[in-house]
Amino acid sequence: MGVVVLPRSLTELFPARDGRPALPRRVSVFPFGEDGGDAVPPTVGDLIEHLDRTWPGLRDRLCEPGPVLRAYINVYVDGEPASIDTPVPESATVHVLPAVAGG
Amino acid sequence: MTQRLLVLLGTKKGAFILEGDAARRDFIVRGPLCEGWPIQDVNVDPSSGAILAAGGSAWYGPAVWRSDDLGATWSHSSEGLTYGPDGPKIRTVWNVTPGLDGLYAGVEPAGLFRSTDGGATWSHVEGLTNHPTREGWQPGNGGLCLHTILAHPSDPRRMWVGISAVGCFATEDGGATWEARNQGVRADYLPDPYPVTGQCVHKMVLAAGSGERLFQQNHCGTYRSDDAGRTWVCLDEGLPSTFGFPMVASPRDPDTVFTVPLNGDDRGRYVPGAAMAVWSTRDAGGSWTALREGLPQDHAYLGVLREAMARDNLDPFGLYVGTSTGQLFASADEGASWRLVADYLPPIWAVETVVVAA
Repeated sequence: MGVVVLPRSLTELFPARDGRPALPRRVSVFPFGEDGGDAVPPTVGDLIEHLDRTWPGLRDRLCEPGPVLRAYINVYVDGEPASIDTPVPESATVHVLPAVAGG
Repeated sequence: MTQRLLVLLGTKKGAFILEGDAARRDFIVRGPLCEGWPIQDVNVDPSSGAILAAGGSAWYGPAVWRSDDLGATWSHSSEGLTYGPDGPKIRTVWNVTPGLDGLYAGVEPAGLFRSTDGGATWSHVEGLTNHPTREGWQPGNGGLCLHTILAHPSDPRRMWVGISAVGCFATEDGGATWEARNQGVRADYLPDPYPVTGQCVHKMVLAAGSGERLFQQNHCGTYRSDDAGRTWVCLDEGLPSTFGFPMVASPRDPDTVFTVPLNGDDRGRYVPGAAMAVWSTRDAGGSWTALREGLPQDHAYLGVLREAMARDNLDPFGLYVGTSTGQLFASADEGASWRLVADYLPPIWAVETVVVAA
């Protein structure tokens, strides 16, 4: 079953608060959609919106207005570079990785 | 009642809180806070007591952080801090300042945002971004940043902002319209040294009192205005340099202000002669005095940035200076003498204080 793997530097921004659980490093997001499955696979953007509903502000940490992925945020779907519009199959593993930056 | 004195720091590697008391001698360091994000400014919302920290992460973008428990836990938000999907991307928040009608944030690229819910959401003050000079705004060395926000002490419709390298702007209608107020301020690097805009204001402060007197530390000189920024007079005579960043006004005397001149924009940007001094005037800039006791006088190749000096509200008031090399100096006697109270911190970008009950 599909899972989103998140970096520690991101999960630390969303600790447990007001009854909301802490954002985990690995988040299962499938089956996706209200009926437990979608005819059309969700996109990376859809997954981010889905996570943002539980952890408000997460979208703003990963995306610029548009939305588009922030310049130093890389997303991979089953190991392949992805954009915000990339479809995500139900069995996929999605990695969110901060690029080499800072100092 | 016993009081706790908290010195809030914004640094390249997160926020820090130094806990001490009115003696201002010994402090306990807490941090890094805000997950080690670069923090450009720290402040306190007097309406709630919340500590605010403004900055931006290279990965996760700009945000204003907030703590309602003196730094034990934090939340962060950038909701509404945007120029929209077709506008320029906001890189970081340079300043967060409480006004009479809410919180204000200054960002890079330069713009002003307002929050009426304690920083949870923000709205763009479009009047400033729509100023007719906007197309000609050019960045300074640190970027096109709105780094200084001054709220009038009694009129919520009045405010001043400082933008590098554009100058001072003022509003008297709550942000709907803005006026450039740079008359008398030099821009030595431009063909016309006295343009309408293009000055590199580094820091402005309101003098104690009516809200009509301001002081300004600029890239090209030190200035005073007695007409709410409409005109400025140069106060360079008696100072070792025309270049510096921070400035702090006395809480009670409108003629007293403190600044830390640096040796020049092309000289290394450290204290003149590598001997640290805070300079003060007590006659509104007519004369200046170097305050050196307790500050390093040999091989001190350090600088002090625009937000890295602050005072407290005690009497006598204390002064605090954070350096680009990670030292925090404190004075318990309004600058007459100083003491190193913290070292080996990351480069300090902002200093603020708050006194709370023990």
